[in-house]
Amino acid sequence: MDFSLNEEQSMLADSIARFIDTDYDFETRQKIVAGDRSLSENMWRTFAELGWTAVPFSEEDGGLGGGPIELMLMMEQFGRGLVVEPFLANIVLAGGVLRRVADSQQKARWMGPLIEGELQAALAFAEPQARFDLSDIATTAVREGDNYLLNGRKTMVLNGGAASLLVVPARTAGNQSEESGITLFAVPAESSGVTVAAYPTVDSLQAADIKLENVAIAEDCVLGTVDEGYATLCDVINEATLAVAAEAVGIMQTMHDKTVEYSKSRIQFGVPIGTFQALQHRMVDTMTECEQSRSLMYWCVMLNQAQDVSARRTVSALKYQVGTAGIKVAREAVQIHGGMGVTWELDIAHYFKRITAIDLMFGNADYHLDRFSDLPVNS
Amino acid sequence: MNIDLSKDELAFQEEVRQFFAEHYPEDIRRKRNEGITLSRDDMIRWQKLLNERGWFAVNWPVEYGGTGWTPVQKYIFANEMAAINAPPLVAFGVKMVAPIIYTYGSEDQKQRFLPDILASNVWWCQGYSEPGSGSDLASLKTRADRNGDHYIVNGTKTWTTLGQHADWIFCLVRTSSDVARRQEGISFLLIDMKTPGVSVRPIITIEGDHEVNEVHFEDVRVPVENLVGEEGKGWTYGKVLLQHERTNIAGVANSQYRLDRLKEKTAQAIHGGKPLLEDRNFVRKLSALEIELKALEFTELRTLASVAVGAAPGPESSLLKIRGTEVQQSLDALMMEAAGYYALPYIPAQYDLDFPDDNRIGFGTETSTSLRYFNNRKASIYGGSNEIQKNIIAKHVLGL
Repeated sequence: MDFSLNEEQSMLADSIARFIDTDYDFETRQKIVAGDRSLSENMWRTFAELGWTAVPFSEEDGGLGGGPIELMLMMEQFGRGLVVEPFLANIVLAGGVLRRVADSQQKARWMGPLIEGELQAALAFAEPQARFDLSDIATTAVREGDNYLLNGRKTMVLNGGAASLLVVPARTAGNQSEESGITLFAVPAESSGVTVAAYPTVDSLQAADIKLENVAIAEDCVLGTVDEGYATLCDVINEATLAVAAEAVGIMQTMHDKTVEYSKSRIQFGVPIGTFQALQHRMVDTMTECEQSRSLMYWCVMLNQAQDVSARRTVSALKYQVGTAGIKVAREAVQIHGGMGVTWELDIAHYFKRITAIDLMFGNADYHLDRFSDLPVNS
Repeated sequence: MNIDLSKDELAFQEEVRQFFAEHYPEDIRRKRNEGITLSRDDMIRWQKLLNERGWFAVNWPVEYGGTGWTPVQKYIFANEMAAINAPPLVAFGVKMVAPIIYTYGSEDQKQRFLPDILASNVWWCQGYSEPGSGSDLASLKTRADRNGDHYIVNGTKTWTTLGQHADWIFCLVRTSSDVARRQEGISFLLIDMKTPGVSVRPIITIEGDHEVNEVHFEDVRVPVENLVGEEGKGWTYGKVLLQHERTNIAGVANSQYRLDRLKEKTAQAIHGGKPLLEDRNFVRKLSALEIELKALEFTELRTLASVAVGAAPGPESSLLKIRGTEVQQSLDALMMEAAGYYALPYIPAQYDLDFPDDNRIGFGTETSTSLRYFNNRKASIYGGSNEIQKNIIAKHVLGL
């Protein structure tokens, strides 16, 4: 058992940390959020040039062969920097499907450009009626000649507005919530019958609702095996859940640190507010929540790295932890910042919104507490 | 980063299991599993057994009889101890006063006291708190006035755990009141409980047991060679000791053992026609606790790993004390819930060994659940209350 990082891992974490400190300060981030497209495109090119978009892909696919540990290190830093660039949507979600099941032709067509930073992609896994149930898929794909005809609606598709490639799970067999009968399709966004309604989200990310009306998709756009896409979808969402949980740990730690610093400089009644015991104890609580969440993250990541039989269950434990503890830390941070904590101007408010959104992604705390309870240890 | 145990660590785990399988006394096992009170002799016998194998003073430096184990070995050992439900070690000698003696004591003191602690020949107890000095420990009033080759000690110590069994007591005493800070007049003194003028009065705690005491000192003559380190530096030594105490009282492995047993038990118990473990409300509380405990296990491992490259545990050990005792108390409460009516009978005599089995009320150890629940409210109060721990973290970790 060992908690230390190897040299490559330390370098990866350091390089992102440096980038956040020097090139991605809050003002820059806010310019991107306000719609500075060229700034955002530059950022994504930089991500690709620095090799970050290649990290989770295998070396033979042109990647760096990173696993859960590397993913954790990156996401924690992205959390710290409140990074809005679509790493999760492109690399973890859409890229996660491609690297698992795409054939060599599909990899050349989509995965190469994705790694190079030239293709924007999205995974349209959520449907309006499904809440957190991944197998609840009403979108249908019916075979017609050489094509499949796709019909249905997808919601909260991260990066859906910018994506030229949509990875779409659709039902080729079975009832609406059945785990079998789900097939993954690569759908070019410009296909006829695709309507994309893009919108920003409360946490300043970009998403879209997508309507599919008789969209004809060729057979060579089936990703993986027909009817058997569910297992892949679960693997990808499991990894994405771990990713946002690590991002949450980065956010919690940052909110806690900023709050402690603020309490040392904010003077009320002639003294720094950090001298008040009523606030001190609450900041000790938030420190404890940060440490506990970090501990659980290491446990979870190490078991996922080892592909332990309990890996999925540990992800649910972690998602529950950051859902409950993260919100506690975030609320205290806003409260202790006082009125400034609820202004658009201060970064604290934006960290607050992002961690609130993370709880709702891929199943909230309650959902994952039940999943943790119900999954057998060796699931 | 890597969670697997190495080949050597697995071999060590096997070695520990093997030893416990062969040497854990059957009568002690039975008492522990059935909730029967252990005698002084039981506790000493178990400690001597561990010491004969060289596994008693786990954290001591090797030169004094410690193990030299890595943090992972200590973690494995603690888990294996918990897995057999072994009696907790009496901490006052081996885990509390010994580190002070080998760190700050004279050569003579090391030779005089450490071998007997190692062999469990001498039972130690702790004299810190006083009736008027709880959380504000530095307000203590017990005086030790120098008189030739002796200190004359007068005052009262309280909450002295298992003091009724003790041979020696280590005390924080006031050797000077003419100081700028009240912490500076405090010294660390070792006192033989058989010295004339020492008397012990029992305090009966909430569950009805005699676990703690009040210890009175009336003109007790203590040789000056029993002073540890420098006069007036006791507060510093005592603080170091408290940090050791705080990591010890997280009790992670023991809580894991209890949580596993609770799961087993509630998988059988009936509630509305199905096991309690299938009740959504109950299982959510249990799962939340399981997750908190897993996090704590890794927080402790992280602390141990950093202690391994540094020195004594720092103020962050306060975090382990807070969360460790919170988890323990949450478990106590869940166990009460699981026990239902069987938490209620109060029959202290049935926890004696010679009580006839057929007359015991309540299956398993359900009825002792409530005794533990009541008794263990102490956990968030002792060793520096959890609020004091928060003050310590606020000041020394957060710099507030």
